[in-house]
Amino acid sequence: MWEYTDKVQQHFLHPHNVGEVEKPNGTGEVGSLACGDALKLTLKIDKDERIVDAKFKTFGCASAIASSSALTMMVTGMTVSEAEKITNEDIADYLGGLPKEKMHCSVMGREALEAAIADYRGVMLPMAEGEVVCECFGVTDLEVIRAIRESNLRSVEEITNFTKAGGGCGKCEDRLREILHATVSEGTVTPVQIVGHPKRMTTLQKIKKIEEVLEREIKPVLRKDGGDIELVDVDGDFVMVSLRGACTSCAKSQTTLKEYVEKKLRELVLETLIVEEAK
Amino acid sequence: MNCDADKVIYMDNNATTRVAPEVVDAMLPFLTDCYGNPSSMYNFGGQVGTAISQARGKVAELLGAESSEIIFTSCGTESDSTAILSALQAFPEKRHIVTTRVEHPAVKNLCENLDRLTGHKHRVTRLQVESDGTLDMERYEEALADDTAIVSVMWANNETGVIFPVEKMAAMAKERGILFHTDAVQAVGKIPINLGKLDIDFLSLSGHKLHAPKGVGVLYVKRGTPYVPFLAGGHQEEGRRGGTENVASIVGLGKACELAGKMMGEENSRVKALRDRLEEGLLASVPKSMLNGHKTDRLPNTSNISFEFVEGEAILLHMNIYNICASSGSACTSGSLEPSHVLRAMGVPFTAAHGSIRFSLSIYNTEAEVDFVLEKMPPIIAELREMSPFWKAE
Repeated sequence: MWEYTDKVQQHFLHPHNVGEVEKPNGTGEVGSLACGDALKLTLKIDKDERIVDAKFKTFGCASAIASSSALTMMVTGMTVSEAEKITNEDIADYLGGLPKEKMHCSVMGREALEAAIADYRGVMLPMAEGEVVCECFGVTDLEVIRAIRESNLRSVEEITNFTKAGGGCGKCEDRLREILHATVSEGTVTPVQIVGHPKRMTTLQKIKKIEEVLEREIKPVLRKDGGDIELVDVDGDFVMVSLRGACTSCAKSQTTLKEYVEKKLRELVLETLIVEEAK
Repeated sequence: MNCDADKVIYMDNNATTRVAPEVVDAMLPFLTDCYGNPSSMYNFGGQVGTAISQARGKVAELLGAESSEIIFTSCGTESDSTAILSALQAFPEKRHIVTTRVEHPAVKNLCENLDRLTGHKHRVTRLQVESDGTLDMERYEEALADDTAIVSVMWANNETGVIFPVEKMAAMAKERGILFHTDAVQAVGKIPINLGKLDIDFLSLSGHKLHAPKGVGVLYVKRGTPYVPFLAGGHQEEGRRGGTENVASIVGLGKACELAGKMMGEENSRVKALRDRLEEGLLASVPKSMLNGHKTDRLPNTSNISFEFVEGEAILLHMNIYNICASSGSACTSGSLEPSHVLRAMGVPFTAAHGSIRFSLSIYNTEAEVDFVLEKMPPIIAELREMSPFWKAE
């Protein structure tokens, strides 16, 4: 069972603004039945460009309904240019957070809002362009790149959680990895260690963060070659690890340790970390 | 911890079942005083071994098998893996497997990963199902090849309850010298099984689906069938499955099998009547709803119904307010982003697959509970449809 916040539960069980605005001058429709969720957002925008009424109709799970309800509450009373600045993270924050696998529901909210505003202005959405990467859910490379940048995504799994891309047959995983690497190495993304990661961390914080990065980033890569890695201990900035599987007999294991594992941990956890193999 | 079990309307028995109070009573001595190791020489351990033998006899009786053909395992998944990998090791030159598109992940994912697990290349034929979830016997016959090592076909499907003709399929495999395994986790205790008269080589069952606890299963291996252990180790289970026995759960499973034999009649009369009442009531009171799976070739306790244009997780969470427990084949509840592989294999349209709800009853359900569900479901569906952009009230 998902762990939904009270706010998500409230907005799901007692949603606000269900329905369609009468004579809307901005309509956004995103998603489809096949994808498992869809949202139709209708807006009434007055002559001062202020959103005076917003209503939704949603097919989808609890977080899709809650995100839609939250979105209508957030935009009502805003000017169009204020509403334009709303990100999917804002929608998730309004709800006190969403399970990571459900972040795509907040993305759907933002996409519907964009579509409705574009409809109001009578312009085409740039999102409709781009090359379709994920055929199962019809997600384009531009959408993926945008999600990577906006939400600092760092793995294919995170891309799937936010955009659904890769969540069907999985054939596009390699392509998603390419896009991820290209987008991150462009340097257009704020490196993770700078935002929200204090230079001084307690050992417990370090261990938690290192474990997380090992699980999310490093282990999947090593496992591809039949290897594996375990965290043994953290002492100050020294990170003791033990290499497993194919890594133990691999002549390049020391290079992997320094060039890959240490680099990755320095990038994503703390710049001063030193990785050593536990004997 | 208090789970308020008495407030819950539990209609998710294909997921797991309540441990029968009689089973708990039978287990308790083995969680308290009778802690000896059944392998020990002294009587304090030996008497525990006797209890395991008695349990083995009760499982064998329910299945129409001999005691020596029963191997206790940790779960249905272990039994499935043991059977399939055993056959592949017994016939290393045979590299073909026949299974279906609607198997439980325990078999489905195993078959998809065989090359990695065994280090050999395998061909896997996954039989397509018809729109009502049944199999085409002609296609099955065509799939059997000279190098087929094993056929693995579930006895009854966990999502729809559809029953496959495994008796006939096993006979067809035997004619060609092919081993036959069936995952009977959903079938045991719900429909009569008499393995002594059948050509089934391996059968898997799981304790927690028939009112025994979680963490115990059985692999039936027909006498004379080549067998290679999965868990090597000690001499337990006559060297066929190493590891100290999960004594209390094994004793519990024995008791559960004894009860299942006695309750089989009730399962197929009273429980079936409750299921039919629920199903017919829902299909009649909720427009645009439909049954998934064959109407009659089906377990007596299972009903899988699609409510079009609404999404399963949202339905389940509304049902949760009334403490009604069931499950869904929708994407949001499957852990992946796609709806159930079973419903998709049957060609159930996306509009319906996302809104599928599986009700699975047991002998503990009552008519009052069914009536309560019949009262609560139509407004839940109507409320969610009001919200759905695809729903046009007719």
